[in-house]
Amino acid sequence: MKQLWFHLMPYTDLPDDFRDNHPSVWVDVHSSLFDPRKAHGMYNDFMDELEYAADCGFDGICVNEHHSNGYGLMPSPNLIASSLARRTSNAALCVMGNSLALYNPPTRVAEEFAMIDCISGGRLIAGFPVGTPMDTCYAYGQNPSMLRERYLEAHDLVMKAWKEKETFSFNGRYNQQRYVNVWPRPVQDDPHPPVWIPGGGSVETWQWCAEMDYVYCYLSYYGYKAGMATMKGFWEEMDRLGKDRNPYRAGFLQFVGVAETEEEAYKLYKEPAEYFYGRCLHVDPRYATPPGYTTEATMRAGIQGQVSRVASDNKTALVVDKKAREFDAILDNGYVIIGTPDQVAEKLKEVAQELHVGQLMLLLQYGNMSRDVAMYNTKLYAEQVLPQLKDIWDDEWQNHWWPKPMAADHRSTPLPRNLEAAE
Amino acid sequence: MSELEISSVAVNGYPCRVWQKGTGAPIGYLAGLAGLPKWPAFAEALAVNHKVIAPSIPGFPGAEGHRELDTTLDWIVAMRELLNGANLEGPPLVGVSIGATLAAEVAAMWPHKVDKLVLVAPFGMYDELHPTASPWAQQGHEFGSLFCKNGDAYSDFIRRPNDADPVEWPIEMARAREASARLLWPMGDTRIIRRLHRIICPTLIVWGADDRLIPKAYAEKFAEAISGPTEIVEIPDAGHLVDLDQPEALAEEVLTFLG
Repeated sequence: MKQLWFHLMPYTDLPDDFRDNHPSVWVDVHSSLFDPRKAHGMYNDFMDELEYAADCGFDGICVNEHHSNGYGLMPSPNLIASSLARRTSNAALCVMGNSLALYNPPTRVAEEFAMIDCISGGRLIAGFPVGTPMDTCYAYGQNPSMLRERYLEAHDLVMKAWKEKETFSFNGRYNQQRYVNVWPRPVQDDPHPPVWIPGGGSVETWQWCAEMDYVYCYLSYYGYKAGMATMKGFWEEMDRLGKDRNPYRAGFLQFVGVAETEEEAYKLYKEPAEYFYGRCLHVDPRYATPPGYTTEATMRAGIQGQVSRVASDNKTALVVDKKAREFDAILDNGYVIIGTPDQVAEKLKEVAQELHVGQLMLLLQYGNMSRDVAMYNTKLYAEQVLPQLKDIWDDEWQNHWWPKPMAADHRSTPLPRNLEAAE
Repeated sequence: MSELEISSVAVNGYPCRVWQKGTGAPIGYLAGLAGLPKWPAFAEALAVNHKVIAPSIPGFPGAEGHRELDTTLDWIVAMRELLNGANLEGPPLVGVSIGATLAAEVAAMWPHKVDKLVLVAPFGMYDELHPTASPWAQQGHEFGSLFCKNGDAYSDFIRRPNDADPVEWPIEMARAREASARLLWPMGDTRIIRRLHRIICPTLIVWGADDRLIPKAYAEKFAEAISGPTEIVEIPDAGHLVDLDQPEALAEEVLTFLG
């Protein structure tokens, strides 16, 4: 199993009364709450943490894209990834990802991803999310009724730009480009960098991932218990479509806190978890459902589910409370897994088996967790949890969706920054 | 009075329902953000002495095909085909909210094909000094009081009748919201200000005194830009969807204006 270290880059200094006195962490979060001088420290801490995770031996490090967001300070994950490309040497760089419909023209994504792939010597995982309603329709003003089609068209354009050897014209519904000719081009050109698709629980996305042979990543903040039903649905759909059950087709995100003892884990991770679930997920519900964002097929499935549930009065389904904000409830509902390295490894083995995932993404920094604690969490995980999980699946399955970098001895080594001191 | 008649016009290959009722001089009626899930009291009041023709706009209850329409020009051409098919090439048009926007767009594009125009709280402009509210960034329970002075008037209008499909009805209501967003996202500005001067017919501009969605200041802006003779009327005790809040009072103003 692959284990990737994921950073959301949350602003760590939202006020204690944030929930009570501010409407939303997203879209209209107030600028007076942002102190650029503090953000200087945050960005540098966060990049230290990502680099440290790579040094510790995580298989990959992940960054993602959010806009006007108090828990995600990466409007451009590519800026961070390009720096990580220089400061790490072996970890996969998982950009999770670029919301294709927000780039004009979308070939910008083909170019920037190719740059990251060149700089890193072929370590890029190309993530293509549709993007959340808050990011796309509200912060970026995209029309929710056109978003998915724009996304799919932009995807086709980017993939063609990577594969096509000759300059070509693209006459799409939303994009017209007389000359498409991407320079630079990705190192991973046989045929292109691995593509991972973060998604919610929509059947159409599962079908599309199966058709395109992409990795589907369920990036939920609500942990393995809530993820169970979604992943079960995903694998049933793969069965129906005649795809194999290769666990590397699926990614899953889980918050984790490791410590020497259970008591220490509880003490260390309580505040950052409550900060995250209390303040960072305080999103104004008015922004959740722009009309047209959810397809009619998904809506229909949801309503039919409700109607049939009422009809059969079936109350046995596993219900996970998605509003927990106190640490005990956060733990009970499985949003965060904490414990000693052995306890965490045991639990994650179970999660991997039950959800049947091969690409496990871990949030080891969350909320206002300090760099020291994040690095402690990372080190313990890398030394004592990671080795216990890395061989899961490998006797049976191959990971066809992992970067194929240039051979290590063909890759450049950045010069030390201070040549004189180095001598 | 005659019964409600139903027919259909194909626009880009998608059937759009046309409701018709009453006898006398024809009046075209283009409804607002909720479309026409039901035959409303306002249309009933007009139908006492007129033939009321109410075509469903693509994407609104009774019609699909909004996802074929990408640009304002696509919408305007679709509306021309819909109106032609509904025998509304010439008769006066009464539009409410998004229906008023499209009526005005068509009147600006083909000024000689509309005899008289009634615009009830049209979208189409956005002025930073008079920001409009978002008709989409709301929670379900907020729509009623945002769209109508009497929130129940809206909720009752979109409530599922007992004999309607419990799955398809809410999808149809959601589709109407999507269709309005498709044309008007994100701020309701179709750049109509560039075309309004082409409207030459007599135009009545109506605003609900308590419109919480579009400030009354826009009534003046429309009146100033339109070349034909204009008149502004404010209906008391009405919000944005005046036809739902005050059907009788609105019908009276419309009939007086049409003469």
